[in-house]
Amino acid sequence: MSSLYEQLGGQPAVDAAVDIFYRKVLSDDRISDFFEGVDMDRQIGKQKAFLTMAFGGPHNYTGQDMRNGHAHLVARGLNDSHFDAVAENLSATLQELGVTQDLIDQVMAIAGSTRNDVLGR
Amino acid sequence: MAVLTYGGAAYEAAPGETVLEALLRQGVEVANSCRAGACQSCLLRAACGTVPPVAQKGLKATLVEQGYFLSCVCRVESDLALEPAGGLEMQGRIVGLERLTETVLRVQLETAAPLEYRAGQYVTLCREDGLARSYSLASLPGDGTLELHVRRAPQGRMSGWLFDEARADDAVHLRGPAGDCFYVGGAAEQPLLLAGTGTGLAPLVGICRDAIAQEHSGPIRLFHGAVRPAGLYLREELAALARETANFTYTPVVLEGGEGEGIATGALDKVIAGAHPKLGGWRGFICGDPGTVGVLRKKLFLAGMASREIFADAFVEAPR
Repeated sequence: MSSLYEQLGGQPAVDAAVDIFYRKVLSDDRISDFFEGVDMDRQIGKQKAFLTMAFGGPHNYTGQDMRNGHAHLVARGLNDSHFDAVAENLSATLQELGVTQDLIDQVMAIAGSTRNDVLGR
Repeated sequence: MAVLTYGGAAYEAAPGETVLEALLRQGVEVANSCRAGACQSCLLRAACGTVPPVAQKGLKATLVEQGYFLSCVCRVESDLALEPAGGLEMQGRIVGLERLTETVLRVQLETAAPLEYRAGQYVTLCREDGLARSYSLASLPGDGTLELHVRRAPQGRMSGWLFDEARADDAVHLRGPAGDCFYVGGAAEQPLLLAGTGTGLAPLVGICRDAIAQEHSGPIRLFHGAVRPAGLYLREELAALARETANFTYTPVVLEGGEGEGIATGALDKVIAGAHPKLGGWRGFICGDPGTVGVLRKKLFLAGMASREIFADAFVEAPR
């Protein structure tokens, strides 16, 4: 049985997903304010690292990284509704790429596991 | 056993080890994060030696061309000479100074030896006393002289000197070139969009001419924005280039005062969106003040341009 990352298509799948995902996030009025003024190249690098992790791929993330990385956003009011909006965009991205529901569910479970760290709880 | 040279020292890399692992193991500090070839924190440049294609996957073509690679996924196959970035200093002299507008000066330079560069990259110009500022190159290597467009910055020390005191034959030094905002061949039919404000036109003109010289066959669309018509420059030259080049167009854009002058009026991003609402499959070059570059980059991306097809150079002004 190959890994989730392999089933999704590995690094090329991350490359294919990142623009679609980030475009959805930037266009989503519920969360776009959090991305106002950020450096796009750096942000896309971070989104790739995040997607690689959510796809079950190799990564170096720790819960503490997630906390530190989002603390300034939590201070600006980042909450469950925003986390849900990002998750929704991720799910829609995978659907757009024709990923099967079974694999989408696995990705969403990994992404969902970061909720408390992202929201600093 | 392959040898890595970095910062003047040599390090051994064990078989199967990545460049990043080898350097970290031997106490060399290299920025890194995901260690999965994704986040690009660990970017290094191979000045000498060959890196496997997998270590350059996902990088912009301009970075690949210059030998940049991701050290975390680069398993060492042979010796490599590594460097973080940079270049060398070169002796040069001013050969031409021409006012294009009240606030834009065309500066032409010669160097002791030919500078290897790509149109659209930038150099750091250093005066004899050490004062240094960076400017983009509007020329092509085949032009013989280097061309910079210098905007007179309020109380600017370098621009003030160039406008008011510098003379032909004055000696200067140059560092560089640097920057990854330039044209790379290989997709001759891809439509190109170039947009900028102020002296952001300098690299864009260089990139357009470079693309045309490399026989780019797809549409090349240049937009130059200014507040008022007086802020536009090179209009005659660019209109002439458009007349003699079937696939190139030039659109000057101002916020006010352009009526009846053959100039589009409106915000630069809105004028572009009106002309080109969908940009999937396009390549984009954006240069000028950081605010405009940030807005345009996002608008082009949201209009469908792939992030890795967007090349931007934001001109950050030196503190006074």
